[in-house]
Amino acid sequence: MGLNNILEIKNIISGYGTTNVINNISFGINESSILAISGRNGVGKSTLLKTIIGIVESKSGNIFFMNKNITKNRPTERSILGIGYVPQGRDIFNSLTVEENISLPAISRRMKNLKNELEKIYSVFPILKEKRNDLGGSLSGGQQQQLAIARSLIFNPKVLLLDEPSEGIQPSIVSSIAEKIHNIAIELKTAFVIVEQNISFISKLSCDCFIIDKGVISSKISSKDFSDVDKARKALSLEL
Amino acid sequence: MVLLFNIIFQVSDAISFLLLSAIGLAVIFGMMRIINLAHGEFITVGAYGTVVTAKMGLPLPMAMACGVLVTIIFGFILERLIIRYIYGRPLDSVVATWGISLIVSQSFLIIFGPSIEGLKSPLGSFQMGDYSFSEYRILLIFISFLILVLLYFLFMKSRFGTLARATIEKPITSSALGVDVQKVYTITFCIGAGLAGLTGALYIPTMTCVPSLGQAFIVSAFVSVVTAGASPFIGLVPAAAFLGSFQTGITFFYHATIGLIGLLFAVIMIIRFLPSGFSGLIKKGK
Repeated sequence: MGLNNILEIKNIISGYGTTNVINNISFGINESSILAISGRNGVGKSTLLKTIIGIVESKSGNIFFMNKNITKNRPTERSILGIGYVPQGRDIFNSLTVEENISLPAISRRMKNLKNELEKIYSVFPILKEKRNDLGGSLSGGQQQQLAIARSLIFNPKVLLLDEPSEGIQPSIVSSIAEKIHNIAIELKTAFVIVEQNISFISKLSCDCFIIDKGVISSKISSKDFSDVDKARKALSLEL
Repeated sequence: MVLLFNIIFQVSDAISFLLLSAIGLAVIFGMMRIINLAHGEFITVGAYGTVVTAKMGLPLPMAMACGVLVTIIFGFILERLIIRYIYGRPLDSVVATWGISLIVSQSFLIIFGPSIEGLKSPLGSFQMGDYSFSEYRILLIFISFLILVLLYFLFMKSRFGTLARATIEKPITSSALGVDVQKVYTITFCIGAGLAGLTGALYIPTMTCVPSLGQAFIVSAFVSVVTAGASPFIGLVPAAAFLGSFQTGITFFYHATIGLIGLLFAVIMIIRFLPSGFSGLIKKGK
């Protein structure tokens, strides 16, 4: 914790209606770093990301982004400040083309040099360049995941929230996505908060991992325990 | 030859009437699932705006532009005060807009009285064989198709169109990506209101100016949107083309009342046997 944290969550409580799903969670994350969040189904992992982007309102606590309190800001404003969000199930716009999907956040920000930014994105995800004029709904699961990440990267977010990026994707592509996340974190100085249950994916990210249970952080596992898949499985199986 | 021209004129006239009646309703319903029962009153606002400014001495096209502008402002105020609180609640939108409709039509009655002096139909008419054709109605046919083309470019090719299509499909995800969903809704509602106002402005020279004049469009508007199906943007043109041709055909062989009965009968058949409407048919065909 401290001023150098790009994103700082303090004592957040949130949920739906009168039910609390997140019961007092605090953590911070630095520029360029990756944080994995894991845990069983239904413990509040997705709700935590939704609370950070603002789709779910927090009932108490504060969220700081670049030392600015954004707890009361709408999702649109948080996104424009520089928080990217890739929802679970990816939520690709089926009726928009691949290029329109990627461009959407840039268009809403009236960004200049859209062409250059698109080329940068296409150099990271060449498959999307090939499919640029196809409708988003026609892509395979792995391509849609890359599209969803590309769509959030177009505006160079400082923090990118990923919800289950490996879900429904074949293993070979999972590791290439992990590799891409690594490169992006280093080259673009983007911080990642990644909700994930796939152990081999987390181990490839070689990052710290928080385990959530019943809406609180029940344990923290350091990246050292993830140096190989077996160790990771051992560390996580105690918790999951 | 003359007969053929007459048939083409009658059919196109009926289709463009259906299109212009429905277009504002279709934009608002298609984009935001708001069932706007005050659609007729939006048309009335556009018509009165046109007549009042024309009587003040503005040339007709300028007066029409004023009518549209007044309706856009009217739509903007309503969106801010009422509509924005009922997005995602289609049934509540029916009750709320019905209330708006009653308030507006009664206010017009109180302010302007049971009728005001209307406008003369602009342009003339020409004779072809036994038939006389209104030049203004021919112009309206072209205008209705021009509006469709402009809307196509607005929603499919422009910056706003991309934002709007994303917002219709996934409003929450759009907002999380930085799209100002609220603003997109406001603009869209104003576009829908402006189109309804344009309908009133365009047709008022051919009608008498009474507070209930919008009602003349309501049946056409709703049957077109209902038979267009879940995606009015795709289904509206084929729906209007089919219904317009059908109605004109029956009117041609019998008379106008039977034509209207035939139209409603066709609508019932379409809803019964093609529940997802023309847009469903098109999507299935793809």
